[in-house]
Amino acid sequence: MAHPSQLGFQDAASPVMEELLHFHDHALMIVFLISTLVLYIIVAMVTTKLTNKFILDSQEIEIIWTLLPAIILILIALPSLRILYLMDEINDPHLTIKAMGHQWYWSYEYTDYEDLGFDSYMIPTQDLAPGQFRLLEADHRMVVPVESPIRILISAEDVLHSWAVPSLGVKMDAVPGRLNQTAFIASRPGVFYGQCSEICGANHSFMPIVVEAVPLEHFENWSSLMLEDA
Amino acid sequence: MSDAVQEKIKNYRTAPFDARFPNTNQTRNCFQNYLDFHRCNKVLSAKDQDTAPCDWYRRVYKSLCPISWVQKWNDQIEAGSFPGKI
Repeated sequence: MAHPSQLGFQDAASPVMEELLHFHDHALMIVFLISTLVLYIIVAMVTTKLTNKFILDSQEIEIIWTLLPAIILILIALPSLRILYLMDEINDPHLTIKAMGHQWYWSYEYTDYEDLGFDSYMIPTQDLAPGQFRLLEADHRMVVPVESPIRILISAEDVLHSWAVPSLGVKMDAVPGRLNQTAFIASRPGVFYGQCSEICGANHSFMPIVVEAVPLEHFENWSSLMLEDA
Repeated sequence: MSDAVQEKIKNYRTAPFDARFPNTNQTRNCFQNYLDFHRCNKVLSAKDQDTAPCDWYRRVYKSLCPISWVQKWNDQIEAGSFPGKI
């Protein structure tokens, strides 16, 4: 989850998010280097007493400041395209889950074998137990098996919503009448939080998403229990 | 029903990748499988054959289609107002 005065991304919980994080580090480093260089040149220009009124052209520096940016752009584009195509890979999911957005809660459906469906409402602040996170906790979490490719189909029953979990690197709009597909793999067990990411009315800020990744046996036990309770 | 089809249905995990619907928008994938299940049932029942092969389409549409959509379409079929051609 996010922390107060956090600067970077949340810790990655999926391989795709790891790649995105590293790429961001790479691109940001290039940005810092260029900015530092430019700032240094500005300060140097401003603080010198030397002048040269007779310079007309210079083939060498023109070549340098054409080639160097071109090389830098290629160094950014290659990893970027690699990740873009990685995210688009055809995957063979082990499980399909549907996430339906409502005003103002999510409902999850696991219908590969039995018809399991349940709603996930935010836990109101006054009902939180000590240690729980304000505006992020939900009464029923979306439980998934760890290290399994999961297909998630996202839609909405009323207005636009958006299903987002930053640590998994997933965000997909929930459009009424449309079924949007995305996929992820939870690389480690844990609880991952997200929030609705498309304005959807009065309680848009109060319909969080909680994904809990557990070992497969725990997932199977949980789904049997949920089916019994339903 | 052929052994291959039986194997496929027995080992069903979830709806596999369908090359006819490679992109993000899977609405048509869900609807097509729902239609195919009902068409398969209609055709095989008309010929008095075993409708077990239609089970594949049923598993796929159950995996992909939201429960509320399926309920709405089932009600429409009963009422005779379903927009698709079966």
